[in-house]
Amino acid sequence: MTTLTQANAARWLKIVALCVILVALPFVIDATLGRTWVRIIDIALLFVMLALGLNIVVGFAGLLDLGYIAFFAVGAYCYALLGSSQFGIHWPFLVVLPLCALVAAVFGVILGAPTLKLRGDYLAIVTLGFGEIIRIFFNNLSRPVNITNGPQGISLIDPLQIAGFSLSKTYTIGGLTFAPVHLYYFVFLACVLLTIFISLRLENSRIGRAWVAIREDELAASAMGINTRNVKLLAFAMGATFGGVAGGLFASFQGFISPESFTLLDSIMVLAMVVLGAILLTALPEALRYLGPLQQQWLGRVVVDPSGLRMLMFGLALVLIMLLRPAGLWPSRTRQRELTVDKADG
Amino acid sequence: MDIFLQQIVNGLLLGSIYALVALGYTMVYGILDLLNFAHGDLVMIGAMVALSVVIALGSSLPVAIVLLIATAAAIVVCVALGLAIERVAYRPLRRAPRLAPLITGIGVSILLQYSAALVWGRQYISMPEIIKPEKIVFGGAQITSTQAFIFVLACAIMAALLWFVKSSRMGRAMRATEQNPDVAGLMGVDTTRVIAFTFALGASLGAVAGVMVVLYYGQGHYFMGAMLGLKAFTAAVLGGIGSIPGAMLGGLLLGLIESLAAGYIGDITGGLFGSNYRDVFAFFVLVGVLMLRPAGLMGVPSGDRA
Repeated sequence: MTTLTQANAARWLKIVALCVILVALPFVIDATLGRTWVRIIDIALLFVMLALGLNIVVGFAGLLDLGYIAFFAVGAYCYALLGSSQFGIHWPFLVVLPLCALVAAVFGVILGAPTLKLRGDYLAIVTLGFGEIIRIFFNNLSRPVNITNGPQGISLIDPLQIAGFSLSKTYTIGGLTFAPVHLYYFVFLACVLLTIFISLRLENSRIGRAWVAIREDELAASAMGINTRNVKLLAFAMGATFGGVAGGLFASFQGFISPESFTLLDSIMVLAMVVLGAILLTALPEALRYLGPLQQQWLGRVVVDPSGLRMLMFGLALVLIMLLRPAGLWPSRTRQRELTVDKADG
Repeated sequence: MDIFLQQIVNGLLLGSIYALVALGYTMVYGILDLLNFAHGDLVMIGAMVALSVVIALGSSLPVAIVLLIATAAAIVVCVALGLAIERVAYRPLRRAPRLAPLITGIGVSILLQYSAALVWGRQYISMPEIIKPEKIVFGGAQITSTQAFIFVLACAIMAALLWFVKSSRMGRAMRATEQNPDVAGLMGVDTTRVIAFTFALGASLGAVAGVMVVLYYGQGHYFMGAMLGLKAFTAAVLGGIGSIPGAMLGGLLLGLIESLAAGYIGDITGGLFGSNYRDVFAFFVLVGVLMLRPAGLMGVPSGDRA
């Protein structure tokens, strides 16, 4: 009995410690490394959210999606069009954000439907194609009717705002300065935690088990009475929903979006995060991309194009990790078990 | 009518280049069931190497010799890279789950792109105007002598390849490995060598295609392999992946479709969409083929692939 309480207490202690670290993190980083790093962490959190969303599609249901960034783009553009001076519409984000999720989910189903029969490489290529199609459309929908403002992108997007409390202003409460990056940090953190919670609940639900069944053997799954079509579409829709919300948050946080933020490379980044399981390791360098000038400032003269070098290392990491640790840096326990069982069989 | 004919000619030209690249995809896919993600970027490397050689040599030598040296250099570099990629990124993963080689392929593709960005920079590199093409006019369509040369050469290479795969010893070994690698191994085929050879063959075709792309567009860029690769893969799927004549047919068809669609979409939609959507058509073709006839035009239907 006492050991049980002790174990419980230790567990709670861990949770409390984690909470304290997470709450204190932006302020500590702000004080030590500077505000730009808080910004990096904010972006990293968004990518964590994207990776969690893609994990539903790739990790749970085993559908290799190489165009996932499209949903991020759809969410971002949805938010930008309904909350900027592009059309002069300024809807509150409490309306727009769910709408982003909904629109992204609809896109998930629309893009998922034609790919239902495909597997593996084919699915990867077709989803990749969809991702590019969406980007090309956003890039070109400035003529004859200007919807997306083309390659220039949409700027002056509304920040998150509830009844006069805007996340774009700096507040001072009890001596602590809350800059926009801090406020966004907490919003994003809440969203990430919510996403983690939903993912965990989904994993052990009836739907989650159906996804895993499809991933392992689609034929057997359908023989067991799983409606593979609906369940697959649901995976696409769920994944897209998270992507859409992350996109909406991204648009409000950046205040500016353009098709350039949603390239194939970004899809691959998110996929790499899921597959390699090293979310923070890849999310942080990803965020660095938004700070090109800063890198130049640190390096003084730009000797080697820093973002190019970063991409080189990223490519190398993809190859090496796949060769050396095929289950990712931090494989889940089930996955580990699966791999060892496979080895025992083969 | 003249415009129509011109679009057909342009489409066939572009299509012959797609076909050469598509062959690299289809041969590797046929043997290994593997989508060689880095193939498009290999073509880009070939194009950039050829460009560098042409720029370095300038007009110090006769044009034909310059181009020959450039092509040879491109082939050497691409074959070496292709073999290295196969050895490092794909061979260790031959028995791994299918996701693994796909991801290393993506990694290699990124590596090639950004190595090229480091070597050649991120700007477009233009081809020096060493060739003074003559215009050939037939039936209202106009074509330059360079373009005619590209088309004829592409067709000749494809014909030679068909003969090679059908009649030569290595070609027979390739077909045997494609049908069943294990049994081919038992029959004394060195499958590892055959696979490496296939990669080298695909890479050299890609290198030639790269030179053609440079001649056709007159410029090169470190990122040009991605879209080209995607379209070539679409062409391979359209023709039936794994089928060599299929890849050729698919490439020509895709070139025609793209050229005609880009030429007429403005008229059809009343100016709503312009030719700036041309890259989209390949994907619509890809999705359409996979939905309606996943085995492609000349492929053998097999329930499991798609």
